[in-house]
Amino acid sequence: MFSIHCPYCKEPRDQNEFSPAGEAFIARPENPEALSDEQWADYVFYRTNIKGDHWEQWVHTSGCRKYFLVKRSTISHEVLEVATLDEIDGEEVS
Amino acid sequence: MQKKYSWYSLLKAGLANQDWDKAIPSSKPKSKYDVIIIGGGGHGLATAYYLAKECGIKNVAVVEKGYIGGGNTGRNTTIIRSNYLRDEASSLYEHSMRLWEGLSEDLNFNVMFSQRGVYNLGHTLQDMRDIERRVNANVLNGVDAVVVDRKEIKEQIPIINTSKNVRYPIMGASFQARAGVARHDGVAWGFARAASNLGVDIIQNCEVIDIEVEEGRVKGVKTTQGDIMADRVGCVSAGHSSVIARMAGLRLPVESHPLQAFVSEAMKPILHTVVMSNAVHGYVSQSDKGDLVIGAGIDGYNSYAQRGSAKIVEHCAAAILELFPIFSRVRMNRQWGGIVDVCPDACPIISPTKIEGLYFNCGWGTGGFKATPGSGNVFAHTIAQDKQHDLAVPFHIDRFTTGALIDEHGAAGVAH
Repeated sequence: MFSIHCPYCKEPRDQNEFSPAGEAFIARPENPEALSDEQWADYVFYRTNIKGDHWEQWVHTSGCRKYFLVKRSTISHEVLEVATLDEIDGEEVS
Repeated sequence: MQKKYSWYSLLKAGLANQDWDKAIPSSKPKSKYDVIIIGGGGHGLATAYYLAKECGIKNVAVVEKGYIGGGNTGRNTTIIRSNYLRDEASSLYEHSMRLWEGLSEDLNFNVMFSQRGVYNLGHTLQDMRDIERRVNANVLNGVDAVVVDRKEIKEQIPIINTSKNVRYPIMGASFQARAGVARHDGVAWGFARAASNLGVDIIQNCEVIDIEVEEGRVKGVKTTQGDIMADRVGCVSAGHSSVIARMAGLRLPVESHPLQAFVSEAMKPILHTVVMSNAVHGYVSQSDKGDLVIGAGIDGYNSYAQRGSAKIVEHCAAAILELFPIFSRVRMNRQWGGIVDVCPDACPIISPTKIEGLYFNCGWGTGGFKATPGSGNVFAHTIAQDKQHDLAVPFHIDRFTTGALIDEHGAAGVAH
């Protein structure tokens, strides 16, 4: 159990109000037809599943219902950073 | 070599209150083995045992970062069943069930396997259609299963709430009589003892910190107790599979989540079977010690923290209380979490990898305990022959590339 500071509501709210929405910065390939089966599988199914600081998406389900980014430790659950989707460039972070 | 356990050895050592062998001798790693198994949980120990027993490979090390029985093997809710819908899954779990049925004699260790039956409840018309379909599939696959109605459930389990005036009324269930429970950490101890009797080194407190790969071939592992060489390495590290895979430069289609369980104070026998419900999401049985063993669901976020949210516990407790209002004043003793690695299709990976000599047995998600002997058995044959065991073939990691997923998610009762 932890609280998350919603970047839109601009206040810390209980984690129960939010739903996790998976690893962040997984962009849909611009031209899926050009990908090999391996590349497509990597996009759809394979994940970094990191033990440590993890960039992920959350949605404020019982609040503003907006999606945003959270950097959270998967070891301690500590929330280290929150950002709106346009604030962080995934390629720079990963 | 330990002495064989028998009524005579029990009586003799019991009367003398001495002469108890150490069940698992403590081993230090040698510099080289034929096979290294990473992870000394039930599945890893079972793999080592069947490698030695059925595949003739006895020069095997099991390296475990903690102690035997301290990971997920000692954290699950001990339920064993094989009533899965799909042919691929039911063949694998039924293989495991048959091994369970002779396991205590085979290991010369009482794993307290108790075939007390498992009810998977249905609460809607669609639940009941799915249950009938699954039971029919089970029967066709040679797995025992019957559909029972509300009246029969009430006769068998008088304390269950079969009122129609609840949010999710019980309409019926599937029942597998051969299903049941076992003493979970006893399973790990039994496999460890039997494997070490066959010459396997069980190395505890030995964490793998790197995997040596040269020109696409595995060479061995670096551990906190030094380097160990082997041409074949089997990874059976459950929630930490992605961490181990990364050491070899691989990614896996799994994510790790906390799965929670809790037990009550011990009480007199009140529940003689196992009850699971997918719709309200909870499962409960009573251990031989007398405590209620209750399992919840996973948290949706990734975690390696062996603890989950109170929300999940509350949701599960609410479900159990709707089924068993009589438990409303039972006090809970302990609550904990384990880390499970979940595949997108909720089915395991038992597979070779792109790296020669490196094999993975992972992705069992929330339902690995019941598969312990079967998983170890097919994985041992897969490693020994460098070719997947027939029952493991559908569980190749390439299914995520070819698209041949196993659509078992949600089909097999509660979250496994």
